[in-house]
Amino acid sequence: MIVTLAKPKQKRVQEVLSRAAGDKRYKILDAHMKKHQHRQDALIEILHKGQELFGYLDDDLLLFVAQRLRLPPSRVYGVATFYHFFQLKPKGKHTCVVCMGTACYVKGADKILVALEGALGVKAGQTTPDGQVSVLTARCIGACGIAPAVVYDGTVAPRQTPEDVLATLQPWLSHGSESTVGD
Amino acid sequence: MDLNQLLAIKEKELASRRPYTLRCCTAAGCLSAGGDQVKKRLEQAVAELGLSDQVEVRGVGCLRLCCQGPLVHVDPVNELYQKVAPETARQLLERIRGGTVSLETADLHHPFFTKQLSIVLANSGVVDPERIESYIAADGYRALHDALLEMEPRDVIQAIATSGLRGRGGAGFPTGLKWSTVAKSPGTRKYVVCNADEGDPGAFMDRSVLESDPHSVLEGMAIAAYAVGADQGYIYVRAEYPLAIRRLRLAIEQARRLGILGSGIFGSPLNFNVELRIGAGAFVCGEETALMASIEGRRGTPRPRPPFPAESGLWGCPTLINNVETFANVPAIIRNGAEWFASIGTEKSKGTKVFALAGKVKNTGLIEVPMGTTLRTIVEEMGGGAPGGARIKAVQTGGPSGGCVPAELMDVEVDYESLTRLGSIMGSGGMIVMDETTDMVDVARFFMEFCKDESCGKCIPCRAGTVQMHGLLTRILEGKGTTRDLALLEELCDMVKHTSLCGLGQTAPNPVLSTLRFFRQEYERRLKPDRPVHPVALAAGR
Repeated sequence: MIVTLAKPKQKRVQEVLSRAAGDKRYKILDAHMKKHQHRQDALIEILHKGQELFGYLDDDLLLFVAQRLRLPPSRVYGVATFYHFFQLKPKGKHTCVVCMGTACYVKGADKILVALEGALGVKAGQTTPDGQVSVLTARCIGACGIAPAVVYDGTVAPRQTPEDVLATLQPWLSHGSESTVGD
Repeated sequence: MDLNQLLAIKEKELASRRPYTLRCCTAAGCLSAGGDQVKKRLEQAVAELGLSDQVEVRGVGCLRLCCQGPLVHVDPVNELYQKVAPETARQLLERIRGGTVSLETADLHHPFFTKQLSIVLANSGVVDPERIESYIAADGYRALHDALLEMEPRDVIQAIATSGLRGRGGAGFPTGLKWSTVAKSPGTRKYVVCNADEGDPGAFMDRSVLESDPHSVLEGMAIAAYAVGADQGYIYVRAEYPLAIRRLRLAIEQARRLGILGSGIFGSPLNFNVELRIGAGAFVCGEETALMASIEGRRGTPRPRPPFPAESGLWGCPTLINNVETFANVPAIIRNGAEWFASIGTEKSKGTKVFALAGKVKNTGLIEVPMGTTLRTIVEEMGGGAPGGARIKAVQTGGPSGGCVPAELMDVEVDYESLTRLGSIMGSGGMIVMDETTDMVDVARFFMEFCKDESCGKCIPCRAGTVQMHGLLTRILEGKGTTRDLALLEELCDMVKHTSLCGLGQTAPNPVLSTLRFFRQEYERRLKPDRPVHPVALAAGR
């Protein structure tokens, strides 16, 4: 029984390793693990690097990390799902993070989010169907002095209103529809 | 590295100073308003006008008044310019040449500035956080040198104990006592951990300290390592703070290069290295046992205490965990003496506290005030009250673990005990002002939603209780709740508070309890009449 269960798993790992062999990003990740001497306590650091390289953490990557660090896949998966920062699904081309910290909230971040969700037709945490924009929320980005804050593709914008957000998003959206037309 | 070399770096740095200095704020608040562009334009303009030997453009940490950024402070005329745009930045050089400028200046005689007392933030806005030389010029690493070469570890601990410094993470545990417990714990390997997982929404003090003066934290950690006998340190910092991470990395590398971190620091037997650990967005990791689990690369779930980390922490070794602000206080205490520190503040809470003032208040930003300053002074005098003359309703302190202090009670002196008596806590220092338009039930639900999402799921009271409390609050908020729901909510609050495993669950009911205590009518106004209880159910005791 154990043999039959173990065999497909072994096969799966082999498949992952062969796919990884041709991918430069896995080489970089491997080098990063070597830098940490394949220490198991560096798991979170390595997942950070993985997400930086791939944009999100897919099953292949998690299995690859588990194999290299000699950790059970359950442990790697458990850590990856525990922390909000790790994404298991691909993100959109652009990201729009609405800070929902207390200062931003009392200054109207909830209204920004409602406007955003209404305009894009997606909920927080989702990506538009054309893969252009991911709408995310943050616990607090520590920019409380300039609340409400929204982060567009990694750039923090101060004192946002629902109108500001929609105006900023416009180029991303029209670009999206153009490319759909072009396709 | 020895004292002479340290002094030589300081001399060289001071000698390179120019008659005029333009200090540009490059902390996250001003950066997002275009502070880096302002600095770049100023540097270009200085080069173009050939003023390089007259003017120094220095990127510095937080200049406090975040709401008016980007900020530029001009020395020696001592003027703080606000809302400087890249296009208008050049005008500042006209000021230096004796001309006039049309840029807005901040009133440095406003209570926002005059009531501040900077110990932790002494270097913030003055030194360049990306250059160790700048920190050394401000007597940086002198305290570490003196501690290592002139004091015994027990003298260092004694000094911290005498100073009355208490943990700035929120709980207020006496720092000296913690240090001596770790020092006494048997073990060949010990660790020093800096908790920079500032997860409270509405708090950005630690971020500002790390971005503005990372070396003071490193120095504090190294002094602590000497005192407790540790040789390895970790800084656990949130992934949401990329700039703080970058500056910490730079600071560690620079200190290592000069031999201020590493082996045989200042020719003493102390070996000390610091490693960064980046969090991954889990609020519960601010709890010390969860934080250690995360450093070990595991899911950040807390475990019961005892054993406390001071006895059995990282990998089972004695571990000292302090907050960023606590460590940043240490060099100043060693430099100026424990008595000096103990003379500031109230009887039981010594020194100063950094607060992040935000929400419905005119002047938002970073303030550092002596313990014992009243909330009213902070909010009304320094903060300038609510914008547009609105009436202030309450001040929220301590984030999701804290509570709301109503406006009538704002004469309370800010220290650990007074705030606890009011059902709030000092917390790490987030201070959110709420005006009459803020709905307190909504605020309570906001925090409960936060705790519900951030509960790690290990213990049932917190995992299930926060979900139920959130559901009840939503019902009440939507006008569907009854008095029975309110009674159940209060019962649940009590249960979750007393039976949860860690601080997250134990304090999760606080925002509900404190809003119930002071704003109960806002809950009751929304209740609808109870359905009559069936006589059979009544006879059976419901």
